[in-house]
Amino acid sequence: MKKTLFDKVWDKHVVQQIAQGPDVLFIDRHMVHEVTSPVAFLGLKNRNIKVMYPERTFATADHNTPTINQHLPLQDPLSAKQLDALERNANEHGISYWGLGHEKNGIVHVVGPEYGITLPGATIVCGDSHTSTHGAFGAIAFGIGTSEVEMVLSTQCILQPKPKKMRITINGTLQKGVTPKDVALFIISQLTTSGATGHFVEYAGNVFENMSMEGRMTVCNLSIEMGARGGMIAPDDKTFDYIKGREFTPKGADWDKAMEYWQELYTEQGAEFDKEFFFIGDEIEPMITFGTNPGMGIGISKDIPTAAEIEGGAATYQKSLQYMGYNEGESMIGKDIDFVFIGSCTNGRIEDFRAFTEIVKGRKKADNVTAWLVPGSHQVEKAIKEEGLLDILQESGFELREPGCSACLAMNDDKVPQGKYAVSTSNRNFEGRQGPGSRTLLASPIMAAAAAVTGKVTDPRTLIHS
Amino acid sequence: MAYDKFNVLNSTAVPLPIENVDTDQIIPARFLKATERVGFGDNLFRDWRYNSDDSPKADFVLNNTTYRGKILVGGKNFGSGSSREHAAWAIYDYGFRCVVSSFFADIFRNNCLNVGVLPVQVSPEFLEQIFSAIEADHHTTFTIDLPQQKITIDATGNAEGFEINPYKKENMTNGFDDIDYLLNIKENIRTFSKDTPL
Repeated sequence: MKKTLFDKVWDKHVVQQIAQGPDVLFIDRHMVHEVTSPVAFLGLKNRNIKVMYPERTFATADHNTPTINQHLPLQDPLSAKQLDALERNANEHGISYWGLGHEKNGIVHVVGPEYGITLPGATIVCGDSHTSTHGAFGAIAFGIGTSEVEMVLSTQCILQPKPKKMRITINGTLQKGVTPKDVALFIISQLTTSGATGHFVEYAGNVFENMSMEGRMTVCNLSIEMGARGGMIAPDDKTFDYIKGREFTPKGADWDKAMEYWQELYTEQGAEFDKEFFFIGDEIEPMITFGTNPGMGIGISKDIPTAAEIEGGAATYQKSLQYMGYNEGESMIGKDIDFVFIGSCTNGRIEDFRAFTEIVKGRKKADNVTAWLVPGSHQVEKAIKEEGLLDILQESGFELREPGCSACLAMNDDKVPQGKYAVSTSNRNFEGRQGPGSRTLLASPIMAAAAAVTGKVTDPRTLIHS
Repeated sequence: MAYDKFNVLNSTAVPLPIENVDTDQIIPARFLKATERVGFGDNLFRDWRYNSDDSPKADFVLNNTTYRGKILVGGKNFGSGSSREHAAWAIYDYGFRCVVSSFFADIFRNNCLNVGVLPVQVSPEFLEQIFSAIEADHHTTFTIDLPQQKITIDATGNAEGFEINPYKKENMTNGFDDIDYLLNIKENIRTFSKDTPL
């Protein structure tokens, strides 16, 4: 039988199969952060066992960390306790720990690729649903719960039934102002927030082939928002060029050996998928969400759909619009906003800051907007400074904060207040996601930039410098 | 972490007929700062259950003493979003042992099975029957028979089968967890890992 990219990587990692049960899947690399790991480490302690392969385990602090004054002691005692616990656990088990203030610190899904922890054909897990990001390199990467974190820490394996396979093919040319974020929000709007549940997705077609690695990461990152177990893209020369020479990538003969495996990582002609979708790249517009799940997105020129036009229950739909303070049939253009957030594992990479800066260049931040610009890592922060972006941003009235997950999930102090609107480059617009009562409009970095300088929802295409 | 064995559960149910209930609603991120698994039940559905001054919201079902029970019945696509196992802990710690819906998100389903909450997926039609039965009589009981893989509306006798992986079923009925299994095959894993370079 012809194999898909997903089959090849999965099958290579099956230690054994349980009759009528899940597969025992070997995990190459395990990323750990402060929020979903303490109870797992506690489990190891209670069983009196050590981490089986500390060299395959990487810890960073990101979810809880402040994005200003990181050099000062943490104000929140609970956050401080969680960071302390991670540091202590990492030390006790011999795991590398990139904590607050460490030069390699940043969002787990940003630093993984930056340092070559993320590799093609690898299995990668983390107690975070956006682990799907790493699929951009042709890895099988997915989020797990804390019990599963404990499994991987103690045995480097996880018990998983093999998911079904889905392929989403998009060919064509993306229009001006249409970014990878828009492509992903478009897909989710078509499939709904549960349309890929139970499946592992492969993205194929020239739209993805033409994307940068950063763009592919944005797309794979959002796979979970349509319910997919993960998403992946076959590695190509762009992938290999990106990872070559990074700290944790193989070197010399090991690289050559790895390349033999990596070059086999593609879906064979005639391989079968449980579900396939085809879209045309030219038809995608800059996207924005209007509701309380990432599937509730529309092209910026469209109106908010009526309950009759959407699948699913009208009651749930109305509840969502009511929460947002919107009505059916309204245009999103011109809607009031209060906050702009650029950052997160979805859009917190250097390319995202370049795109944002390009739009705000020569313009001023609107007075009614509070803008949080949060780089995904210290490496991104450094690049923003070195490339001169910071000067342009400051000239336009923006400040840069320090790296972390920040307002994406508002575990730290970066909270959008009750009832306020935020145009956010993050991944979830759930009720209260960015702070109790907050209202989130998901969008691309350039849509966020357009909102930041105009003070309202604006079609970014009208602001692109020619 | 050990949990109580699950065999046959007979209980009234709490209805939550909303679709796409995400794990940020089940347990908001600001309550994920614990380093031990304690107190999550208190914050289950925190922002739907309490006002910002911590007073209960009268119209939320968990604050309505009419509805009680060990079964939570939710709308389609229950548990989407974040991988936080804290959502399943909060449901278990509050006192639920079973969540019924017509569709579950993957990670949430796995997390439930790992902590002793049984996810029971039924057809959309049967889900409607369940909601109607509760609406007609909040004392109505349901029987969830894990060995038989069957859920019954006791008042009408209407029943529907549900799927569960045989391995997971064995675990749930015995209160086992996957780590016990994996630790037993550690030598196989060690041998396997020799062919899997970093």
